[in-house]
Amino acid sequence: MATTTMSDFRVDPVSGLKIHRTANTLVKWNAFAAVVFLLVGGFFGLGVGLTRMPSVQLLSPEIFYLSLTAHGLLLLAVWIIYFEMAVLYFLGAHVLGSRIATPRWAWAQFWLMLVGTILIVVAVLQGNSSVMMTSYPPLQAEPHFYLGLIIFAVGALIGCFVFLGTLVVAKREKTYQGSLPLVVFGGVTATVIAVFTLVSGAMILIPTFLWSVGLVSHIDPMMYRVIWWAFGHSSQQINVVAHISIWYLIASLVFGAKPMSEKVSRGAFLLYILFLQLGSVHHLLSDPGLTSAWKVVNTSYMIYLAVLASMIHGLTVPGSIEVAQRRKGLNTGLFTWLRKAPWGNPVFSGMFLSLVGFGFIGGVTGVVMSVEQINMVIHNTMYLPGHFHGTLVAGTTMAFMAVTYWLIPVVFQRKIALAGWAKWQPYIFSLGAWVFSIALMGAGTLGVQRRHADITFAGQPLAYQYPEIAKGLMDLGEIFGVVMSVGAIMYIVIVLASIFTGERIKEDSAPWPKVEDADVVAERTGNKHVGMWGMEAPGTFILAMILFATIVLYYFVNFKYLSTIWGLS
Amino acid sequence: MGTAYTPPTNPDWWREPIERTEIWWIVLAFAWCIFMFVWMVGWHFVGPQNMSNEAYRTTVEAYSAKVDAMTEKYTIREDEATGEPVVAPPPGSDVYLAAMQWQYRPILELKKGEKYRLHISSYDVGHGFSLQPENINFQVYPGYEQVTSVTPNKTGIFAIACGEYCGGVGGIGHHSMLGRIYVKE
Repeated sequence: MATTTMSDFRVDPVSGLKIHRTANTLVKWNAFAAVVFLLVGGFFGLGVGLTRMPSVQLLSPEIFYLSLTAHGLLLLAVWIIYFEMAVLYFLGAHVLGSRIATPRWAWAQFWLMLVGTILIVVAVLQGNSSVMMTSYPPLQAEPHFYLGLIIFAVGALIGCFVFLGTLVVAKREKTYQGSLPLVVFGGVTATVIAVFTLVSGAMILIPTFLWSVGLVSHIDPMMYRVIWWAFGHSSQQINVVAHISIWYLIASLVFGAKPMSEKVSRGAFLLYILFLQLGSVHHLLSDPGLTSAWKVVNTSYMIYLAVLASMIHGLTVPGSIEVAQRRKGLNTGLFTWLRKAPWGNPVFSGMFLSLVGFGFIGGVTGVVMSVEQINMVIHNTMYLPGHFHGTLVAGTTMAFMAVTYWLIPVVFQRKIALAGWAKWQPYIFSLGAWVFSIALMGAGTLGVQRRHADITFAGQPLAYQYPEIAKGLMDLGEIFGVVMSVGAIMYIVIVLASIFTGERIKEDSAPWPKVEDADVVAERTGNKHVGMWGMEAPGTFILAMILFATIVLYYFVNFKYLSTIWGLS
Repeated sequence: MGTAYTPPTNPDWWREPIERTEIWWIVLAFAWCIFMFVWMVGWHFVGPQNMSNEAYRTTVEAYSAKVDAMTEKYTIREDEATGEPVVAPPPGSDVYLAAMQWQYRPILELKKGEKYRLHISSYDVGHGFSLQPENINFQVYPGYEQVTSVTPNKTGIFAIACGEYCGGVGGIGHHSMLGRIYVKE
C-alpha cells in the first residue's frame, strides 16, 4: 500500500490541521469546478428570473424552458454536489489529518462528474431536452441527457466511497484518537444519505436511458416519480446535512466554541440517517394511487423526527456560539453575545444568515407545506421555488459561500482579494434570496404556477387573470432575484480574484487569526458559570421561541385558509 | 475544551449531562412534532378537505370513451368563448375530466353545494390540475384515473391551469394550457 512521508503533508499553523497535499489539490479542483458551474447555472437563472417578471418577460418560451432545465440541473446538482465533494474530502482528510484514500479514484470522481455535466449541458443546449431537471416520462429527452446524469451520479458515488475509504485509512493509521469529530460525523451522515440518493438515481435513470434509446418500451410515470424523488429530494437532504456541519465548523473556527452536547448533536444527525429520506414523499402528496396512510407516515418523517433533528441543530449551533461568547466575557444581558459578534467577518455573517434564512424561510414553510392537506393548496405553485430557494439558496448556498471565505486562505493559501466586497457579499446575497423567496411564496399562495413561461395566458380563449397583487409579487420577487444574482456574482468575482491574484500566504505563516478556545479563556478568567435562568444560552432559547411561535402561527394560518376551499374527499 | 472539528475531549461523551437550554427545547419541539402528526391524521376524520384515496389504472381509450359518453349525455349549451360544449352532469354523478396537450376538456358546469365524483386522467404526458382561484392542485398521469369527491362552495368561473410541465411549441404549451368549470347556484 502507498506509504506517505512528511513532505506529503503541510501543517496549518493556526488550526494545527495536518493537510495532505493531494487531498488539498482535490479539494481545490472540486471547489473551483463548483464555482464555475455556479456562474453558468446562475446565468441561466437570471434569464429565468427576468422572464418570470411579468413586466419584462425576457425570453421566448422555448429558451425559457431550456434555461430553466439548465438552471435547475447546474445549480441544484452540479454546483452543490461539486462543492460537497470538496467538503467531504476536507472533512475526511484535512480534519482527521489523514491522507486521502485512493487519490486516483478521487480524480475519477472529478472527471466523471465533469464529463457528465458537459453531456447534460450539451443535450440541453441542443434544444430537445427541455424536460426540466425532473425529466418526468412520458416527456422524453435525448439519450445523452440521461447518460450525462448517470455518469455524473456515478462520479459522485465514487467520491462518497473515497470519503468512506479515507475514514478507514485515518482510523487504521491512528491519525486521531477517540470518536470522530462532530463535523466528520455530519459528513458520514451526509454520505449515508448520498449513497441512498445516488443509488436511487441510478435505479430510475438507467431504465429511463434505455427507454430513450428504444430498448425499454414503457416507463410508468408514477413509478418514475416515486423512485426519482428518492434521488431528487434526498439529494437536498445531503445539502442540509452538509451545511449544518459547516455551521458547526464555523462556530468552532470563529468563536472557539464547542458543541453544547456531543450526545444531542450526534443524536440529531442519527435521526437524519434514520428518517430524513422519508421526506421524498413531499413531492408525491397530491399523486393518485398512493394511500394517505403511506403519505402521512412518510411526509411526517415518522412523526416529524427529522424535523425535530433540524430544530435541535437550529438551537445548538447558535447556542454553542452564545456559550462561547459568554465564557469569553460577554455574559451580560440576553443578546450582548450576538450584538458583539463579528458581523463584518463574512465567514460568520454568512453562516448566521444561512442559519436564520434556512430556519425561518426554508424551515418554517417546509414543515407547513409538507402537511398532506396543506400541500393541496400549494403543490407546484410558485410557492415551491420560493420555498426551495429559501432552503437551497438562503440556507445551503449561503453556508457554502461563508465557508469559502475560510477555505481560500487555508486550502488555497491566498488572502481574500476584495475583502471590502466580501464583507458585504453575504448581506446582499441574503437580502436578495430572502425577499425573492418570500415574494414567490406569496405569489404561489395566490395561485401562480411554477415553470410557466408566461403567466398572462395571453391569447387563450378561456383566459384567466391572476390577481394583480400576484403579478406585483412576481415583479418584486424577481427584482430581488437580480439582487441575489449581484450577490452571487460578487462571490464568484471574489473567489476567482482571490485564488488567481490574491496575495500568497507562505506555508509557515498564519492564514487566519488564531481564535482562542472559549473554555480555555473561561478557565483563565474564572468565567465558567454563564447564562441566566439556569440556562447557559438563554438568548438562543428566546430566538428559538420566536421560531417556534412563527411555525405554530403559520401552521394554523394555512389550515384556516385550507378550510375555506371546496370540499374535497 | 474542544471544538466541532476535533474528537470529543471526554471519551465518555455519551454520559455527559444535557444542559437545560437543550432539554427544554427538545421537549417543546418534540411535543409540537407529535401535535402536528396527530392533527394531520385527525384532519382526515374531521376536516372537509382531504386527498382522495381512490384511483384506478386505466388506458387512454377506456378513459376517453367515458369522457365522450358523458359529454354526449349531459351537454347543455355551447360555450360563449370557444363554441365548445359545456357539460353539466347531475349532482352526485361521475364527472370525467381529461388533461391533454394543451387543454383540459370538457368545459364543466357544476352546482354550488352539491357533491360530484370528479375523475381526472391524462391522454398523453403528465399534467397538473390547478383550479384557480381556489388554488387546488393535483398531479395527473396517463394510465391513472383519480377520483375525488368535490363540493364547490362558491359560485363563479373557475380556471384549470396546468401545474406540471408538459412541453410546448412556440407560444402554445404548458403555460397556455387551460380548462374551465362554471359553478352556479
